[in-house]
Amino acid sequence: MAEIEFRKLAHSYAERPLSPVDYALKEMDFAWQDGGAYALLGPSGCGKTTLLNIISGLLRPSQGRVLYDGRDITALSPAKRNIAQVFQFPVIYDTMTVAQNLAFPLRNRRVPRAETQRRVGELLDMLELQPVADRRAAGLTADQKQKISMGRGLVRDDVAAILFDEPLTVIDPHLKWQLRRKLKEVHERFGHTLVYVTHDQNEALTFADKVVVMFDGEVVQLGTPQELFEAPAHRYVGYFIGSPGMNFLGAHLVSDGIGIDGTEIVLGGHWAAAARQHARSRLAIGIRPEFMGVSATPRDDAVPAKLVSVQDLGNFKLVRARLGPHEVTAKLPEDQPVPTDGAHLVFQPEWTKLYADDRLVA
Amino acid sequence: MNKTENNKAWFLVLPVVILVAFSAVIPLMTVVNYSVQDIFGPGQRFFVGDEWFRETLRDPRLHEAFLRQLLFTGTILAIQIPLGIAIALTLPTKGWGVSACLVLLALPLLMPWNVVGTIWLIFARTDIGLAGWSLAQLGIDFNFTGDPLHAWITVVVMDVWHWTPLVVLLCYSGLRAIPDAFYQAAQVDGAGAWAVFRYIQLPKLTGVLTIAVLLRFMDSFMIYTEPFVLTGGGPGNSTTFLSQFLATAAVGRFDIGPAAAFSIIYFLFILLFSWLFYTAITRISTGTR
Repeated sequence: MAEIEFRKLAHSYAERPLSPVDYALKEMDFAWQDGGAYALLGPSGCGKTTLLNIISGLLRPSQGRVLYDGRDITALSPAKRNIAQVFQFPVIYDTMTVAQNLAFPLRNRRVPRAETQRRVGELLDMLELQPVADRRAAGLTADQKQKISMGRGLVRDDVAAILFDEPLTVIDPHLKWQLRRKLKEVHERFGHTLVYVTHDQNEALTFADKVVVMFDGEVVQLGTPQELFEAPAHRYVGYFIGSPGMNFLGAHLVSDGIGIDGTEIVLGGHWAAAARQHARSRLAIGIRPEFMGVSATPRDDAVPAKLVSVQDLGNFKLVRARLGPHEVTAKLPEDQPVPTDGAHLVFQPEWTKLYADDRLVA
Repeated sequence: MNKTENNKAWFLVLPVVILVAFSAVIPLMTVVNYSVQDIFGPGQRFFVGDEWFRETLRDPRLHEAFLRQLLFTGTILAIQIPLGIAIALTLPTKGWGVSACLVLLALPLLMPWNVVGTIWLIFARTDIGLAGWSLAQLGIDFNFTGDPLHAWITVVVMDVWHWTPLVVLLCYSGLRAIPDAFYQAAQVDGAGAWAVFRYIQLPKLTGVLTIAVLLRFMDSFMIYTEPFVLTGGGPGNSTTFLSQFLATAAVGRFDIGPAAAFSIIYFLFILLFSWLFYTAITRISTGTR
């Protein structure tokens, strides 16, 4: 169990990186708390696995340092760092039985036999592998094989951290739930530092205390699921987290506030000062569909828009409206009446965010 | 229900049937035919039943050749398989070295077999051959045409030189097919180099090793050309292996009957052994004993 810290960490797979494009991971400084459950969330190819392999030591970063509990371990091998890692596809030792597979990491570290048996027995029970404990691992199903892989990650209780690289990709949906709950259980019981890579936002939000959202080799936000939802620090976070994603409308600075591109609409309020500071940047305002107010009748604080469609999705309604060149989505509770011809959109100031060059400024 | 009988499609198989008939079935049947007859000349033949078989199986020279053959095949398998795995493990995995090594390794395999024999015939000579001359300079009285042990060593070394690359190439391809995640997991699990070999590489190599062992068994059990060129089976009969024994009987002495009987025994033996090897190895690798 350890706190993981990155100092000026960056990595490039090119031998001589020339421009920022050559970097798979752009420079970052972070400290992840001991005992935290972190999810690394991002699209394929954003550098999640690269970062994970740097934490585990399979990959040596091209610059910067990695620290466990303040100790520099950048140069140490995975075995020396004492971490556990579970890979995307099941890795099992074909010639060993299930129990031997689970015991392997302990055997390599010369853990006493009795202790090994106790730990392996516990894991066999927890992962419900007891019935196949003495079977050869080679003949099992993909589900069971991945359970073995995860079991090997969990078998040592003195590890600095357990890293998961999209471990549930090959698992059936109903089993996914079960295993995720198991992991959560293990985390609460043993308090390991867990790092979990995924591209599935549900998985990330249900599993982790803190979600690290990555985009294009960069950590764009590190926060609780609530923070990611309420104040996305980057346009990508707004778009990736939540369903449907955040509405973004291009905007420009006008004398008395912010004008929405292509319309006569001007929003006043607290963004104006921030917008003036970023006058040269590409501005946009963003609002979550959940926070977008829709009124059937004109109001002082509402702007008129053209209704495009209303979809009733059972427990909520999805309203699409056209505001100049932009299409805006609002998510309304089931019982709220929906306008039939024109919609009047309310941009609640506390939920309307201003972005300059894709980053949250106010 | 009326089923239309249309067997014209059988004609499509005909070319293969003809090809196999002429290349395998007819020659084999001719041999079977010879093996049960005593032939003195055209039109002068007698049916002798299993006499040639019984005579062949009782022949002490054959027993000697058979033991020699087993010893030879056992020796080269014991050398080539571990050596092949070891070399495959040390080959580079990226860069220009890969192609360079693979081409160099493939060279012996591309050579005609009698050329291999000739190369080593010259190579081992003490007057002009590099190896023979070097050994002589070291004070070793090397004489592969006179000393049975020296002849044996030369034939074995030649075969190792000629055929180990095949094992290497097979193992190399098997090793390259192992996903990186296995090595990474082993590293994380704290496995040492030996454990990686024992629990990842070797199990993943069983498939190609089965092929390697089978090919090397069959080829070495039928080896003819190289020792024929290099030692001619001598000195004495010390390097006369089964196929050379057979050739001497069939082409040298024109004992067509016994030679045919022996051919069939030889063939069945190789078939049986290959089957045994195959079953044993696949059973070990799937864990059903």
